[in-house]
Amino acid sequence: MSARIRGGRAVALALLTALTLAAAGCAGEEPATTAGQPAAGGGAKTIKEGLKIAFLPKQVNNPYFDASDNKGGKVAVEEVKGVYSQTGPSEASPSAQVSYINTLSQQGADVIVVSANDKDAICGALQEARTAGAKVVTYDSDTNPSCRDVFINQASAEGIAASQVKLISEAVGPDGGEIAILSATANATNQNAWIAMMKTELAKPEHGRLKLVATVYGDDDDQKSFQEAQGLLAKHPNLKGIISPTTVGVAAAARYLSGSEYKGKVQLTGLGTPNQMRAYVKDGTVKSFALWNPSDLGYLAAYAGGALASGLITGKEGEKFTAGRLGEYTVGKDGVVLLGDPFVFTKDNIDEFDF
Amino acid sequence: MTAAGVLGGAKEGGRLAHRVLLVRELGIAVALALLVGVTVLVNPRFLTAQGIKDLLLGATILAVLAVGQSIVVITRNVDLSVGSVLGLSAFATGSLFVANPGLPIPVALAAGVLLGAACGVVNGGLIAAARVPALVVTLGTLYVFRGLDHTWAGGRQINAADMPPGFLRMGSGTLLGVPVLTLFAVVVLVAAGYYLRGYRSGRELYAIGSSPAAARLAGIPVGRRVFAAFVASGALAGLAGVLYAARFGTLDANAGNGFELNVVAAVVVGGVAIFGGSGSVYGAALGAVLLTTISSALPVLGVSPFWQRAAVGALILAAIGLDRALAVRLAKTLRGRNGHG
Repeated sequence: MSARIRGGRAVALALLTALTLAAAGCAGEEPATTAGQPAAGGGAKTIKEGLKIAFLPKQVNNPYFDASDNKGGKVAVEEVKGVYSQTGPSEASPSAQVSYINTLSQQGADVIVVSANDKDAICGALQEARTAGAKVVTYDSDTNPSCRDVFINQASAEGIAASQVKLISEAVGPDGGEIAILSATANATNQNAWIAMMKTELAKPEHGRLKLVATVYGDDDDQKSFQEAQGLLAKHPNLKGIISPTTVGVAAAARYLSGSEYKGKVQLTGLGTPNQMRAYVKDGTVKSFALWNPSDLGYLAAYAGGALASGLITGKEGEKFTAGRLGEYTVGKDGVVLLGDPFVFTKDNIDEFDF
Repeated sequence: MTAAGVLGGAKEGGRLAHRVLLVRELGIAVALALLVGVTVLVNPRFLTAQGIKDLLLGATILAVLAVGQSIVVITRNVDLSVGSVLGLSAFATGSLFVANPGLPIPVALAAGVLLGAACGVVNGGLIAAARVPALVVTLGTLYVFRGLDHTWAGGRQINAADMPPGFLRMGSGTLLGVPVLTLFAVVVLVAAGYYLRGYRSGRELYAIGSSPAAARLAGIPVGRRVFAAFVASGALAGLAGVLYAARFGTLDANAGNGFELNVVAAVVVGGVAIFGGSGSVYGAALGAVLLTTISSALPVLGVSPFWQRAAVGALILAAIGLDRALAVRLAKTLRGRNGHG
């Protein structure tokens, strides 16, 4: 599920759960919320204070997780007067997170917020932690549903696909034309799910003038993405737009377009972070691009964890909780909480973000 | 260009070896011409002004690294740390610009080269002091330098908006139709080629690679020459890091991850024998151009990405096979002549 930040390290995973617990309490009390708080028998509708909420991302040295954990989750944990921590491996490898989970469990974390590098590899460790009393929230990248309490989904595949197609359609203009997709790796589950949804979206009559002519793979590598972008433009002289739903690909394609004769003639959109896209939005190469707000993702995960640890929710479908400034959320099927529609960045709002 | 020529042995043999080498480089050039020719037939846009610019730009960074690598490989060593040195230097360049937005570009270039050279000093020093094969030492420093990069960069990413527009223009600009970055590679290539061919110490690198023991007996300061070769390779990797920053404009701790294998592949495809003693930087640079042209041409030809790596692998095997055949033939011919002489 992760947006692939540079180099194929799927970035956004793990630490958030712990935060969530702490965070959820405070907000729960705010106005309007309380309609459906299931577990709150007898008025314990706030998140308990002093919850130990630990974030375990896929990889610690990654700007995306820095934004989600330290700029989102931490804020929420502080709001609910919990104890925030972040720990995790420096490289996103499937087994690396297990020892961190075990340590957190031994330290008595109330909530572990984790972005899974592998949906099965950390399952055993998470089950042990839950037996020891911790609540587990996954964010950015999920584990098997049986291994965690809730999953905070940053965006639905439908939401992403619809917003990408809408953005390229707006950028290319009413005449439409040929478009192409520059993806990450050919076997990335999330990318392929989004691409399939985009094809469905493109088949709708309102996008009839857009014609998808190619899908290429830049492997989340700058050089390869450059070459694939070059190849697209050489092979398809009438190309009007490129969608690159991966942070590495969209930045590489933007850099290539901005220094080529195609700047302004070939439109580009995708999933990217404001910092890496800032220069290209300002020089006119890119009109708009999308991403969820990772800080909101971490913030919501912290509140969800807090609500779980305080007994306000249990992860069942239909349960509601309030996540501070983000308002009320409802747990969906399989314990999934959807953050919302992707956020669109343009030159008018890009300077409000720093991640 | 073998040690025989260097040490003033059979003159004829030396000339023959030179001719073989020429044939070798010609072979790569022909392969390159064929590849470009076929691609242009399929898609004429491959060779527009923009297309040529893209091809040259694509090959530049790999070519600079390949020149440095071939200097090391010629001495029968290998430098696997170049990808990590590139990453370190690229991030250092970005950080310098973040800290001093008005920094002149030459200063950034010098800083990158110096940092790379310092890494080369570490490599060369370890190899000389510990007398451990370069393969092992540079495999170690590959991780050490990358680790330093990770520690330093943390989660930070340096983006195009953080670097001065002039520097980024250097990354995409052209001078008389030739990308500015490529001019750096050409200067490096010509200088290294001239040094290896024309200078005594340059010739001695070949002698060391042909037979380290014989070179030592002949009074060549083997340790010092190998050390210098690693410093040169490091410095060029440092330069490549600055060029990387200018070209891609997005930097984090993973820039240049895995480059080392591409570089070694370019060098081998370019006809520099992996066991040292023969080959030229021109061949290595051609090898770099060929490899990057393949990966640019295959998308244009519409070849599946899955076949691209296989094509590179096949090319490496073909290059090694050709080298082997040429070496056997050369040895036989030389033996024959000496026998009659």
